[in-house]
Amino acid sequence: MVYLTRLEHFNAAHKLFNPSWSIEQNEQAFGKCANENWHGHNYELYVTVKGQPDPGTGFVFDVKQLSLLIREQVVEKVDHMNLNVDVDFMKGKMCSTENLAVGIWNELMKHLPAGVQLHCVKLYETPRIYVEYYGE
Amino acid sequence: MSKKVAVIRKEHFNAAHRLFNPEWDDVTNEKVFGKCALPHYHGHNYELEVKVTGKPDKRTGYVMDMKELSELVKREIHSRFDHKNLNLDTKEFKKLNPTAENIVIVIYDLLRPHIDKKMDLHIRLYETPRNFVEYPG
Repeated sequence: MVYLTRLEHFNAAHKLFNPSWSIEQNEQAFGKCANENWHGHNYELYVTVKGQPDPGTGFVFDVKQLSLLIREQVVEKVDHMNLNVDVDFMKGKMCSTENLAVGIWNELMKHLPAGVQLHCVKLYETPRIYVEYYGE
Repeated sequence: MSKKVAVIRKEHFNAAHRLFNPEWDDVTNEKVFGKCALPHYHGHNYELEVKVTGKPDKRTGYVMDMKELSELVKREIHSRFDHKNLNLDTKEFKKLNPTAENIVIVIYDLLRPHIDKKMDLHIRLYETPRNFVEYPG
């Protein structure tokens, strides 16, 4: 088994705010991240697929195609956007890094060709904070 | 030999913003600023490098106490801009487009009065890991 990873990036605004809680509860749970006027991040997205290299090409998956797929299905939907307001697949969800990674996984799964196994979505919210999702 | 030494303190903050000139129409703003003009804001992790250059003090051996420099940056910059919307939440960018260029000048001007006049100040600001600006005053 070989694991192939493509790195893409985007930047976006968001806030962590649960509309069913009071402002005080939100501030207690999310601190500055609950700022009503948003804040933002440079996100770094690592997408890893796995498989046996094809005998003909030597590829697990054509990495240029993987890049194109990530850009079309994820980056174009989130880059320079407000995650809470502008992104269909985050509607009604809390825009935490955890939920965003799961959302990205689900978007990619819809479009990956049969036979290509998605292994991991790793998403950096800041250079010091990241999450990993393995579809489990 | 001047024996000048540069000391550099790194700090970071994250914020939302949009690039928009209110004197232009939406079409012109989009033409000039592209996605950065989108109305619902986007955001960045800003990485800040504050460089102070001068001769180390004979008694302490310091150009500037790094802890004081760190506290200064936290007080003057981090508390103003971290987790804020630069366009909406800060008085500095009420009428000034928050480009990286303008932000670096604002940061310089906020810090300069608090740093010994004998020392040079130089600010580098990363808007993304690949885009950064510098301002030496």
